[in-house]
Amino acid sequence: MSGGTQLENANPVIFQRSGERLLTASDEDEEVHDPIDDREIFDLIRSINDPEHPLSLEELNVVEQVRVKVNDTESTVDIEFTPTIPHCSMATLIGLSIKVKLLRSLPDRFKIDVHITPGTHASEEAVNKQLADKERVAAALENSSLLEVVNQCLSTRSI
Amino acid sequence: MAADSALLLSLVEEFVSGLQDSKAKDTATGVKDGQFTVLQLVEALGLSLMSSQPHTRARGVKLLSEVLHECYGNLTEAEVEVLIAFYENRLKDHYVITPPVLQGLRALTKCTVLPPGSAVSMLRSLFQDVHVQSLMLAERSCVYNMLINLMETREAELKGLGTDFVFGFVQSMDGERDPRNLLLAFQIAKNIIHRGYDLGKFAEELFEVTSCYFPIDFTPPANDPHGITKEELIEELRAVLTGTPKFAEFLLPLIIEKLDSDVQSAKQDSLQTLTACVSQYEHKDLAEFLEGLWASLRREVFQTSSEKIESAGLTALTALTSCLSRSVLSSDSEDSLSTFLDMVLEDCKHHLSELDLKLVWPSAKLLQAACSASNRASHIITAAVMPSLIEQYSSRTQCSHRRTLLEVVLRFIQSVKTSQASENEERVFSAFRESLCSMVFSALTETNTSLQITATSMLTSLAQQPGLLLDSDIELALDHLTRLLLTEEDDGVSLAVVKCAGALAELHPAAFITKLIPRLKTEEASEQHSHHAVRQRCLSALAAVSTQPSVVWESTPVLLEVLGSAHTGSVCFSVEEVVLACRSLQRIAERVQDTEETGQCFHEIIIPRLLSLALQAALQGEGSSGRSPLVEEVVLSAMVPVISTACSRLQPTLAGQTASRAVSLFLDGDVSFLPDNSFPSQIQLLKQQGDSWSQSQMVCLLIGCVCSLPRSVEVPQIDQLLSQLEEMSCTCSHPLSYTSAAKCFAGLVNKRSEGDSLHSLIQSTMKKVCRELHSTSSPVRTQAFTLLIWVSKALLLRYHPLSIVLTDKLFSLLDDADLGPMAADGFSMLMSDSADVLNRGCHADVRIMYRQRFFSENSAKLVQGFNAAPQEKKPNYLKALSNIVNKLPKQVQVTELPALLSLLLEALSCPDQGVQLSTLSCLEPVLIDPPPALIQQLEALVSRLLALICSPTMTVRIASLHCIHALSRFPEHEILPFRARVLRALARPLDDKKRLVRSEAVQARAEWFLLGSPGGR
Repeated sequence: MSGGTQLENANPVIFQRSGERLLTASDEDEEVHDPIDDREIFDLIRSINDPEHPLSLEELNVVEQVRVKVNDTESTVDIEFTPTIPHCSMATLIGLSIKVKLLRSLPDRFKIDVHITPGTHASEEAVNKQLADKERVAAALENSSLLEVVNQCLSTRSI
Repeated sequence: MAADSALLLSLVEEFVSGLQDSKAKDTATGVKDGQFTVLQLVEALGLSLMSSQPHTRARGVKLLSEVLHECYGNLTEAEVEVLIAFYENRLKDHYVITPPVLQGLRALTKCTVLPPGSAVSMLRSLFQDVHVQSLMLAERSCVYNMLINLMETREAELKGLGTDFVFGFVQSMDGERDPRNLLLAFQIAKNIIHRGYDLGKFAEELFEVTSCYFPIDFTPPANDPHGITKEELIEELRAVLTGTPKFAEFLLPLIIEKLDSDVQSAKQDSLQTLTACVSQYEHKDLAEFLEGLWASLRREVFQTSSEKIESAGLTALTALTSCLSRSVLSSDSEDSLSTFLDMVLEDCKHHLSELDLKLVWPSAKLLQAACSASNRASHIITAAVMPSLIEQYSSRTQCSHRRTLLEVVLRFIQSVKTSQASENEERVFSAFRESLCSMVFSALTETNTSLQITATSMLTSLAQQPGLLLDSDIELALDHLTRLLLTEEDDGVSLAVVKCAGALAELHPAAFITKLIPRLKTEEASEQHSHHAVRQRCLSALAAVSTQPSVVWESTPVLLEVLGSAHTGSVCFSVEEVVLACRSLQRIAERVQDTEETGQCFHEIIIPRLLSLALQAALQGEGSSGRSPLVEEVVLSAMVPVISTACSRLQPTLAGQTASRAVSLFLDGDVSFLPDNSFPSQIQLLKQQGDSWSQSQMVCLLIGCVCSLPRSVEVPQIDQLLSQLEEMSCTCSHPLSYTSAAKCFAGLVNKRSEGDSLHSLIQSTMKKVCRELHSTSSPVRTQAFTLLIWVSKALLLRYHPLSIVLTDKLFSLLDDADLGPMAADGFSMLMSDSADVLNRGCHADVRIMYRQRFFSENSAKLVQGFNAAPQEKKPNYLKALSNIVNKLPKQVQVTELPALLSLLLEALSCPDQGVQLSTLSCLEPVLIDPPPALIQQLEALVSRLLALICSPTMTVRIASLHCIHALSRFPEHEILPFRARVLRALARPLDDKKRLVRSEAVQARAEWFLLGSPGGR
């Protein structure tokens, strides 16, 4: 981040990070089957980096655990995300990052639906449409500069 | 003489026209040996020096210069004078002659007999006749070396040259590009600045020629033979740029400009340079740049993308503020510190009331950085921010807000350096003492755990501000802590409370003795309310507060009381609580100061009491009903470290007394030193009576008494003790008893002085052990094996020559039908540190790098044994190997890996899960920085690891996924071919039934996806 550039939202509201998921005895038990649950999906996406700030989507409250719905038996995932400001130009990019992260991290039996929390963004419908369109997502990932930004959001932060 | 001059002529001839460079050396040897003088050499050179061919003249001068280079020490002042005149003159000659002339001059600058004035004349002609930057690399280096030499010996003369010297140097280094020469040039510049040469009007020029390299961007070529690093250049250049306040007006704008850079290292270098330079500056040097500097620093912290830059920025701000604080105020000038801090406060303060927003923390950090700079800055900043923070704390109701406020205040308290405030000055926080205390106490009564935890750290920090808290505050604090100790259920809070109590007890022992300890004592003794968690917290609190000797005298009786009542059964304690009591005693022994007072407490009271309780419990026997918890193995094993810690670190003389008492107790049944003395007279602890093990197992307490003494302390009756221990370890049938006896034996053998008695002792033990091991029907083979392995360890640690005999025996046992797997596991014990005996903490004789030595001496045997062993025994060898390799330091693992790689890969496909796991754990660290041998075997490695991710055992799946994750950091071109295959294989564990496996797979797969993808790696 160079000195000259100005950020769209320089002083956003920060939310606390939730702690690591606590290990339970059944997690270590070979015999027990752990189903994929909301928290597990949330853990996958909460550490995605914001494209603008050195902060995670969780810290900016873009993603919340209550807005993550998973059904392991029916293999569906449904995620709503909330851009920090209604005119955020990064909304599509954030949605795309979430989608790509899940595509890479979930078994392919899952149907993944990522969309904006209703009423939180000016061009909500257009963004949702783009994210739902398989072809357009695939085409976006063919674009190397777009893929580069997505990968940066998904790489573990180096300090 | 004639022969000599003929020889000299021929040498000169061969060098000059024959172009044989080696002749220079011969000539120099001749001069050094006194065969011929320099004068004769010059005469002999006459013709070549006067030749019309510049190349011949150059050869001639070169010979002279090389000889001088060897023999400059033997020259007389007159000779030097002539030579200098000659060389100065030659500088005006043809350009091919310049290089040897410079070499000659460099040799002359090293002469101790340099005539006065010659340094100046030499430099004048150098600066006048030579354009340094059009010379070759080596000649430029020659010039710099001349300057360095002269600066060392002729400082006064050079200073006489005045600004001409600086100007000459600036001209010579202007445009230098080679890092080797730059290091020399920076050194000269540094000398000019630090030794007070007159810069005159050339300060700016000197700054220009050096600052053009800032910030340094240099990557040494691969296989660089000169070993110059970027850091070295940065350090040297920084020393030049920051050396004098005269550069301030040039350097500060440069720093502001470079801070705008996009390159992280440039930012960091600029910030560090700023930190370094302000230590030399005064406020007037800074005055006109303060605004610009602050704007840059603020931007770096507010919009930072890396913690390194942030912390460098904060350090720079601290340095800047402390520079301003140093300035002496005069009546007419404005106070630059308060002007600057006003600026900081104006930009940061208002963010402290927007507690949800991102800039709270960066603002707080900036203010704290400024606050920590000086006492005056602390006063100004705290006066400005504290009232608002305190006010907000009482007006805000949300827990998260209050916590943020509390943490911000905590950091402010921590940022104020306690040492700065001198006696008579007002303490920084004294004006806020009351409100801060009420803030802490109200937070301690909250129900929110994170608030309580932060409040305990704040209480600690307040207490550590000398003279801030009043006695009444401490008492109130103690009430709160006690209440939390007894009632608070949350683990995190109790841990924080215990830690806080420990810190406070160090500062206010008296309050703890009178208030907290009696309260805890009644709590421990009371039957009704105390349930397990409360007792547990009280026990750990007792350990935490006992750092001062006076507290130890009060707290340890409470702990002993717990053990006593547990034994008699007057108060019901669980085994776990008894163990905790022992742990607390151990912690006290570890942390308390080693004074006469504490030594007495442990050696005269605690240890005899422990032994006595254990003996009483043992004599009661192991009958299942109503047996004392003190015969349990876990309790005894927890008592051992109490005794051994006390013996190893408290009062060696008293420890020796404890040891001799313990020996007479175990050998002769002498119970006279034990309290509550009502023991029977016939006690034989080192003999097993029938099947009863309660007495024989007490031998583990003997380990604590005799094995951890400093090596200067003698153990009495040692031969008899050793023979009884040996006997016991080979005959006893109770595992704890024979293992402890073997450990005790080994611990004593390790410290025994070298000599015949030790030698014969080992021989006889060895004979006995071998006899048992050879008869396959012997009932005590396991016992013999245990003794063997402990004695091997004792000898291995001290590099005893006989250790090899014992370890060879262990290797041969890998083929044994019954003991093979045990022997393989034994190597893990051999290579790791054991907790209770044979470690450095108990003063054992442990040589450095014994593991490497053992490995390098034995790895070949292991490989050989593996190849020769029948199929069903091979896993034992693989397990032994992975056990050994696992414990080696990483550097050794990496160098040894090539030889063992095929064996380790074999181990990965071995069906035994233990072998798989331990091999995976030894591969893992190696994968972080893979040696070339591993990269060659990548195909084999990848396919074996991928096979393991479907293992039925969860831990194996996790470990193999971890290794596959580590593989993604290998050089990209090597692993890219595997990308598609790995990604496909990793799709399966994404649907694993265990969550831990899935999360490991997700991480690994994410990294492999980034590989070779834009924006990835």
